[in-house]
Amino acid sequence: MSHGHDSEQVGHIVPLWLLFGVFFALIILTALTVWTATQIDLGAFNIWLALVIAGVKATLVALFFMHLIWDKPYNGLVLAFSFMFVILFLGISLMDTAENMPDMYEGPAPAVATE
Amino acid sequence: MSKKHSSDGAGHAEHPKWMQHHFDTPSQQFASSKMGMWLFLATEVLLFAGLFCAYTVYRANHMDMFVFGHQFLDVKWGAINTCVLLFSSLTAAWSVRAAQLGQKGLMIALLFITLLCGGAFMAIKYVEYSHKIHDGLLWGTKYKPAGHAAEVIHGEEAHAAGELGGAHGRVDEGHTEAEQVAGIEAAHGEGAAEAPAAGGDALATDGAQAAGAQAAAPAAQGEGVELPADVLAIDVAERSTTLPAAIGPRGLVPVAEEGHDDGHGAGHHWEGPIPDNVHIFFGIYFGMTGLHGIHVLIGMIILGWLIYRALKNDFSPEYFTPVDLGVLYWHLVDLIWIFLFPLLYLIG
Repeated sequence: MSHGHDSEQVGHIVPLWLLFGVFFALIILTALTVWTATQIDLGAFNIWLALVIAGVKATLVALFFMHLIWDKPYNGLVLAFSFMFVILFLGISLMDTAENMPDMYEGPAPAVATE
Repeated sequence: MSKKHSSDGAGHAEHPKWMQHHFDTPSQQFASSKMGMWLFLATEVLLFAGLFCAYTVYRANHMDMFVFGHQFLDVKWGAINTCVLLFSSLTAAWSVRAAQLGQKGLMIALLFITLLCGGAFMAIKYVEYSHKIHDGLLWGTKYKPAGHAAEVIHGEEAHAAGELGGAHGRVDEGHTEAEQVAGIEAAHGEGAAEAPAAGGDALATDGAQAAGAQAAAPAAQGEGVELPADVLAIDVAERSTTLPAAIGPRGLVPVAEEGHDDGHGAGHHWEGPIPDNVHIFFGIYFGMTGLHGIHVLIGMIILGWLIYRALKNDFSPEYFTPVDLGVLYWHLVDLIWIFLFPLLYLIG
């Protein structure tokens, strides 16, 4: 900064209020996720609520702490695509496990003619 | 196109030593390094994805196993560790700002605080792992619930179906009979573990000591737990040869009492049958937190190296790439913990 306009600034300098704001938002979201998980019973929806809160926290960290909001979009795309592949990976694994039918044929196995 | 690289207005031939000559500007070099780092971070996300996949598939198929297993994890420690990591992320991000502004002392202090937070995280993990190891809540064949965990598990199991030698019967393998008896006695009363254990030893080593053991037994039962009459009818000397409840006659293990908490995190008792293969939950728990813990340790090494470089005056507002990339790695470790914490500790 002290070099005047002929020296270009490397990277974006994040203001302190923003760093602290993000930090306090993360702490509040942590408290929120503990509270919703232990005090509120939404049945099967609890896991999705927890994942949404974790997703918001992760987005805050990635955008502001990891500077993605000021970076060229390429870096953000790399992260977004890695997450997309994780979701594909989990989703297809879940589809497979949902198709598992151990009792497709009920009862004992059919007799097989032997010589 | 050639911009000045440093404040002394050095020309093209005389660039700073950190500037690679195939880059035009410090910003271009910085952006290229950062892109490489992000590609590496993507592979890290995919590395953890394998474990998240194991988690998802097992959870989808065996939700009861997860609900049962997670009661042995301490939400308090998990939440504290989350806050420790979030705070370390704040100081890490701040250290990059300090590097950009040329505040060397502040940068080193912030990197050092980040390093200390990593140490605190690992110390808390050590406390948690110690409890798990002590209670035998481990993966695979190492899953041998003992102490408080055994009380929750076996206390209920003896009631559930008198299941003999099931998954939880494994606790008995590799233990001497004296230890098994001591284990039963220990289960009789909270905090009375030591005295009955000594009694159990005496039983096995010397039959003549049976009287001493008989004296120890009522003390163990004095914690408000009543043994059934048919169990009390068994001669104490005979009890030394009796197998524990998991594989022996039921009734030796008392009913788990409501409303006591010894600070191990499981304040409530399990109702209903114990799910099978709980050791898989602990395998997943140790796999995920273990790999994450290794990343924290690597991050701490990187932070230490950054502090060393900073002390050598290697960084300036024009060149702080290692600080930025090391801190990116630290943030990713935080990012993964943000998902691990609710998924492992907060299962409804």
